Amino acid sequence: MSVSAEALPAAKDFKSDAKPVWCPGCGDYSVLTSLTRAFAQLALRPENVAVVSGIGCSSRLPAYTNCYGFHGVHGRALAVATGLKVARPDLTVVAAGGDGDGYSIGGNHFLHACRRNVDLTYVVMDNHVYGMTKGQASPTTEPDWDNALAPGGTGVRPFNPLVIALASGANFVARAFSGDVVGTADIIAKAIASPGFSFVEVLSPCITFRPEQRGWKESVRPSPVATTDDPARAARRIMTDDGFNIGVLYHGNRKPYQPPIGQKRKTLSEIEQGFAL
Amino acid sequence: MTPQPKSPSSISIAISGSGGAGVMTAGDMLLEAAALAGCYGLMSRTSGPQIRGGEAAALLRLAREPIECHGDSFDILMAIDWVNTERFAAEIPLDAQSLMIGDPAQGSAPAEFANLGARPLALPMKVLAKKIPHGRANMVALGYIASLVGLPATAIAEAIRRSLGANGDAVTASLAAAEAGRAAAQGVDCPHRLAPGGNDRDKRWLITGNEAAGYGALKGGIRFVAAYPITPATEILEWMAPALTDVGGVLVQAEDELASINMAIGASYGGTPALTATSGPGLSLMIEALGLAISAEVPIVVVDVMRSGPSTGIPTKSEQSDLNIALYGPHGDTPHVVVAPNSVADCLMTTQWAVHLAETMQVPTLVLSDQSFGQTRMVIDRPADFAFAGQRKIANGDAQSYRRYALTESGISPMAIPGMPGLMHTADGLEHSERGTPSSQAKDHLAQLDKRKRKLDAADYGRHWAEVEGDDEGDVAIVTWGSCTAPAREALAQARADGVRAKLISLRLLSPAQPRRLDKLLAGVKRVLVVEQTHSGQFHRYLRAEYSLPGQVRALYRPGPLPLRPSEIHRELVQWSGS
Repeated sequence: MSVSAEALPAAKDFKSDAKPVWCPGCGDYSVLTSLTRAFAQLALRPENVAVVSGIGCSSRLPAYTNCYGFHGVHGRALAVATGLKVARPDLTVVAAGGDGDGYSIGGNHFLHACRRNVDLTYVVMDNHVYGMTKGQASPTTEPDWDNALAPGGTGVRPFNPLVIALASGANFVARAFSGDVVGTADIIAKAIASPGFSFVEVLSPCITFRPEQRGWKESVRPSPVATTDDPARAARRIMTDDGFNIGVLYHGNRKPYQPPIGQKRKTLSEIEQGFAL
Repeated sequence: MTPQPKSPSSISIAISGSGGAGVMTAGDMLLEAAALAGCYGLMSRTSGPQIRGGEAAALLRLAREPIECHGDSFDILMAIDWVNTERFAAEIPLDAQSLMIGDPAQGSAPAEFANLGARPLALPMKVLAKKIPHGRANMVALGYIASLVGLPATAIAEAIRRSLGANGDAVTASLAAAEAGRAAAQGVDCPHRLAPGGNDRDKRWLITGNEAAGYGALKGGIRFVAAYPITPATEILEWMAPALTDVGGVLVQAEDELASINMAIGASYGGTPALTATSGPGLSLMIEALGLAISAEVPIVVVDVMRSGPSTGIPTKSEQSDLNIALYGPHGDTPHVVVAPNSVADCLMTTQWAVHLAETMQVPTLVLSDQSFGQTRMVIDRPADFAFAGQRKIANGDAQSYRRYALTESGISPMAIPGMPGLMHTADGLEHSERGTPSSQAKDHLAQLDKRKRKLDAADYGRHWAEVEGDDEGDVAIVTWGSCTAPAREALAQARADGVRAKLISLRLLSPAQPRRLDKLLAGVKRVLVVEQTHSGQFHRYLRAEYSLPGQVRALYRPGPLPLRPSEIHRELVQWSGS
């Protein structure tokens, strides 16, 4: 084995020794494994990766990695990640969180992160429920799902995050399933490798509050069609599928947003001449 | 020796008119001409609610000595026309000594001005302007005022040339119109004359508080700004956008203030000193993430250019009423730093200092500027340089078993920056252990609360925490902050001329409070007058909570948008001393 091969971290080297707060059987364990596998596949080093999150079950993920982590406030992960990546383009920055964090309280940031197209990867573990607060409807919950906060269901139709991402300008749009660790790792690796804003929606069952989601493994299937770079075709497919087609559904070629930094053109004394009488 | 406040002799001039009349252009040129003639001065702008056009007034005060606020009344009102001018009556107080100049072709002054006893003068601006190809009434007005107050024709000509630059036709027309105005002023008796200025204009700047804050941020080392536009803070962001690029930094426009402060936090977590600027409504949105930055110990600077609140309030006009939210905004126990500039020029030093405090203590620092600083253009002496070079305490790369929130004696824990091998950790808004691992344990909570408080308590804020002027041994002390400082200084000078022995204390460091230091300054003082621009006495309540004020205490407070006038404060001092 060569020295450089020895030096390359394995997936386990990206995991910390912290014990997750997640319930046994939670899909997020597998997403954590897929994410760390993707880092290893891309031959990244833990110190050059930052994982940023907001609040919720899945947002606990950064501390379970051995990367630089930032666990901020509810819904604002993409804003923190944007500031970090623009200021430090040398880092690999991944934002992670859930459907409530990303699509509800963080919805505006989601739209604008897609639009801005900073070179980030956003992994949303979607389980159609607020788990940390013990079972309320999120923006992706079915309208008739009965729960304590909305007896009989909210009556409000769920929104389709992939269409929103596409319409807002995300350069890479994919759907994955937590139960397929290897496949999800591949998708996340492609997302990280793709320049610009990459959005990966991972169906990640909450077996505590949505035990029926155990059935998702029977419903998912590889997307029957190849990745497209045509947003109109991608939109038609995403809007007409049943939500269980897995794969990279759109991969465009927009230029990422990255203003130049570190190029000094003036000294402070030159700048202050602008005030001089 | 303690600096001695002076009461400057000055001339206050208002130029008003409807949209398109060019009052701001004339005002800017007048200020620049005065500056070129060696004088000091300032100009603020007031306008109706229209986005473009609509009535407007340029409010100037010019003097031989440095000047930092508006006076009690205006010596000259120049109305290019009278459309809606009555809306400015409260902002442009006139008295029997004032001159009120209008164009007979534009009708007569509204009752709000006509009944004040000011001496009316007629200047046929429109007629004079028409005689000159492309001549404009505002330039006639400019030449007329300049002549009345004794500004040399060369200064006006130079100001016109600087302002209009390469536009040769406009320069020719403006010079001719100004000359026509100057000629029309011959023989007019004006009691308000500007004493000739000095000739060290090379050391002077023309600058607004917002520009000064932006430059102070750069000098402090800010290299990332996240921006969401808001009146009256936008000019900080607009000034910084190209300037940051010039020094190798970057500005990002955010989708809202929730994003802008979180972007700043992200950039700072990555090791780049970061700032955002806003006003009250934006600050309200930022409070959530302010608490995050306190808990996660991420240094950021937030400049709040205060305007009248609550809610949307009066976006274009000043008030000091964001003090409470700045001090007490975040939920939980949240030690953080709040500083306030005491003049337009001081926006530079105070913002630079804020970066230094934020970076050295790994704490969010708020700068409470206000509209009256931010949007006032002023002639100042080039401010002194301060060597604030706030350096973050960076973790040692060889550290074994790194603890991001280690309980140190100073309370400051070495910070690892992404990219440093072996020091990976998760910064967290959840309460945490020393390692940063989330913890709901009582001992971790107490230890981290103590540590976050300790780093502010133990810090050395140096001599910049307050400015003190006047009599070292006096019976009376004015305690104030921010934009009330300059009118209080003028009131103090008048009171001392009346024989009152008094001092002025203006706090630059609002939080954490420095009770022992203020105690020393107030030793022997029998009367304390607290001065502020709020409706509920926010500063007075804060002082009562954090400080022991000796003797009798009175509070002089009222809301914006009108500035506190020196005479209001002087009256309070004199009446109290006589009672």
